Amino acid sequence: MSVALVAQKPGLDSAQLLRPLADAWTSYSGDYSGKRYSALKQINQTNVKNLSLAWVSKVAGGPGRGGPAAPGTPQTFVGGEGTGDVVVAGATTIKGSILEVNGILYVTAPDNAWALDAHDGHELWHYFWKTKGGTHIGNRGAGMWGNYLYMETPDDYLVSLDARTGKERWHTEIASFAQQYFSTTAPVVVANHVIVGTGNDLDSPGFLTSFDPETGAVQWKFYAVPMNPGDPGLETWKSLDAARHGGGQMWLPGSYDPETHLYIVGTGNPTPAYTAQARGDGDNLFTCAIVAINVDDGKMAWYYQTSPHDTHDWDSAQTPVLVDAEFRGNQRKLVLTASRNGYYFTLDRTTGEHLVTSKFSDTVNWAQAELNRKGQPVRNPAKDYDIAGALVSSANGGATNWPPPAFSPDTGLLYVPTAESYAMYYLTETDPRGAMGLGGKEELNLNASTSYMTAIDYKTGKVVWKHKYRSASSRGGASGVLTTAGRLLFGGDIAGNLVAFDPANGKILWHSAIGQVSNAPQTYMVDGRQYLLAAAGDTLYAFALYQ
Amino acid sequence: MQAIGARAVSLGLAVAGLSAQAQPPSGQAQSPRVITSFRESFPTRPPADPAVVERGKALYGVNCAFCHGADTRGGDSGPSLLRAGTVLDDQKGELIGPVVLNGRADRGMPKFSFTMAQVEEVAAFIHSFRAAGYDDSRMTPPSILVGDAAAGATFFAATCASCHSATGDLRGFGGKFTDPKLLQQTWLMPGSGGRLAALMVKVPPTTVTVTLPSGEKINGELDRLDDFGVSLKQADGTHRSFRTDGDTPNVEVHDPLQPHKDLLRVYKDADIHNVTAYLVTLK
Repeated sequence: MSVALVAQKPGLDSAQLLRPLADAWTSYSGDYSGKRYSALKQINQTNVKNLSLAWVSKVAGGPGRGGPAAPGTPQTFVGGEGTGDVVVAGATTIKGSILEVNGILYVTAPDNAWALDAHDGHELWHYFWKTKGGTHIGNRGAGMWGNYLYMETPDDYLVSLDARTGKERWHTEIASFAQQYFSTTAPVVVANHVIVGTGNDLDSPGFLTSFDPETGAVQWKFYAVPMNPGDPGLETWKSLDAARHGGGQMWLPGSYDPETHLYIVGTGNPTPAYTAQARGDGDNLFTCAIVAINVDDGKMAWYYQTSPHDTHDWDSAQTPVLVDAEFRGNQRKLVLTASRNGYYFTLDRTTGEHLVTSKFSDTVNWAQAELNRKGQPVRNPAKDYDIAGALVSSANGGATNWPPPAFSPDTGLLYVPTAESYAMYYLTETDPRGAMGLGGKEELNLNASTSYMTAIDYKTGKVVWKHKYRSASSRGGASGVLTTAGRLLFGGDIAGNLVAFDPANGKILWHSAIGQVSNAPQTYMVDGRQYLLAAAGDTLYAFALYQ
Repeated sequence: MQAIGARAVSLGLAVAGLSAQAQPPSGQAQSPRVITSFRESFPTRPPADPAVVERGKALYGVNCAFCHGADTRGGDSGPSLLRAGTVLDDQKGELIGPVVLNGRADRGMPKFSFTMAQVEEVAAFIHSFRAAGYDDSRMTPPSILVGDAAAGATFFAATCASCHSATGDLRGFGGKFTDPKLLQQTWLMPGSGGRLAALMVKVPPTTVTVTLPSGEKINGELDRLDDFGVSLKQADGTHRSFRTDGDTPNVEVHDPLQPHKDLLRVYKDADIHNVTAYLVTLK
């Protein structure tokens, strides 16, 4: 019965993918811009106090009961290259974006996908992938093209499902599992490309792959580091071998500018992450950068590096935000990013021209006071690490991390979940060759974190307001952000509340104690009703107005 | 590229879904490989026959170690093999073999005339080293003690002595620790630095004063606090909770570690190392 219901729904046409975020949620950020600004305003500042719980839905990961489903119960389809003998401990946690297309929600967690009815959250189908292993840190969501879904698995496969039934169409290898890649990001569908990034903590090169959505054939690959003699950026590495093991993993989705065909994405940290001597003293291009890739051929149009020669595993993978707005008297096509290193940047997104840098964290202390002439922070090597311990802000989690920001054209502000924290960084590997991956250091957190919702003016980089989340414990972990034309800003705090703010000034307007919000809140509209949707662990909570 | 969330998962606390996924395929006696931390995410290679590894080690030592290092991690003229894609993707010499037998003239690697059996032996030796992103240190510094104890005593007198005393609460403090790193973490932020550190010093509880609009003040140990409410335990053991709306009622938190937190913005690394050098002398 459930399968038939899904089957009647038409899929996602490519014109829908180009629309600004409103009724549907068609890609990781809702639309290609990364703004997470919804045009919906049925829920607004005036009535948000009346929001009520519409439904709750708890998902269950794993292979299901096996065999044919009983009448009326959704079926679990099982795929995967694993033999079923790998068990991943830990609760199912929804950390990704949830697609909403034609009244159906598509939800993912590592090795799992579900379709739920967007009206009431009841499950329509479930897909489970038997894993070989890999780092199961999260899954950032699915991509959609026509009637087909695409998701990545921690053991490095791109899996395509039929969205109508939950049956697998095909799967194909993204990266080498033996080289310890793990794949968590949400595929981004642009025209006839499925753009897929991956992750790695063992000095392997970061790359994006574009797959054919119909067949899964590889269309192009873009490497974030030089791979061959003569490649641009090679002079910023100690050797070709160092560059080829230099990381730069693009483990979060980018944003897309349909006018220029540029996919704009943040690259990860260089590797080895801490004991950097094997990399040489250079900038280690194109790690910790915003890069613009032409989707037609996978070639890089421009780059801007936000952390030259990072030494703290503070990647710049955060999803960039594309904004068309006034800047110093001219209408400009901009890209905004608040980086894990504690610095905010405004760039021109057609050329990569640097426009603004600011420090958005009061505590960050790893760089010198003055920026260089390119507007980049300049690292203070004494704060890399030290045998006797270096006191560094931020701790490894950074001043911000994967939880996505949002931008409101109504206020001109970028909203970022931020944290201020300290850790002692000890060098533990004295072999002059250094360590691999994340090794060679011990990072001991000083339990002094504070978390904020921070609003940044893209024109100046200045923090216009910030709200310190009140908490009895010292920790980070505020969720990603959503803002709407209803003049609302939503985010999860660090004490288990979903909170609505006035985006102009940070005044709190509403909250609900649903537990630690584990993804960024989202919104959609079906049958004339706007829903606010957030996940807390394995459970989805939808709110709506009933008066 | 470790994202946040790693800490919780590495502790491997929650096991929901464990039983559901723990069923091995029927007919296999093999027990499941349980991943409880990121360090265990990738399977290790099954150990090879020690005799084969020994023969590989001998071949490697004569032919390969000069460039690639005795431990396969690279030397002056050859890259690390341990993290090389060809080596990681190789099972038993099928990918390593062609490189060894043909050389890589463009990168200055000569060819070697090994038999296939010898290639497999060398491959087995290389694979006997674990390649891991959470790479354990092999050479560790003997001590973190580099500071000047006298300078540390001066800093302590100026900065810490308003709350602490070397002859009072910190008497014998240095003698409690065998690991100076643990001592350093503990004085920087009591309770930080892991579970063992949390046992070293008893941190007094955070207390809170709630002032009601009437002017009545309620005091107690802080249970829970967020933007919307506060819960506390009073001296008589009873718990009270108050809903808050902005600053009403007023909530004043007394965190005994606040001075330690504020000082994190003040210390220079040398101050920290000096104070540690001083505190270890408090036997």
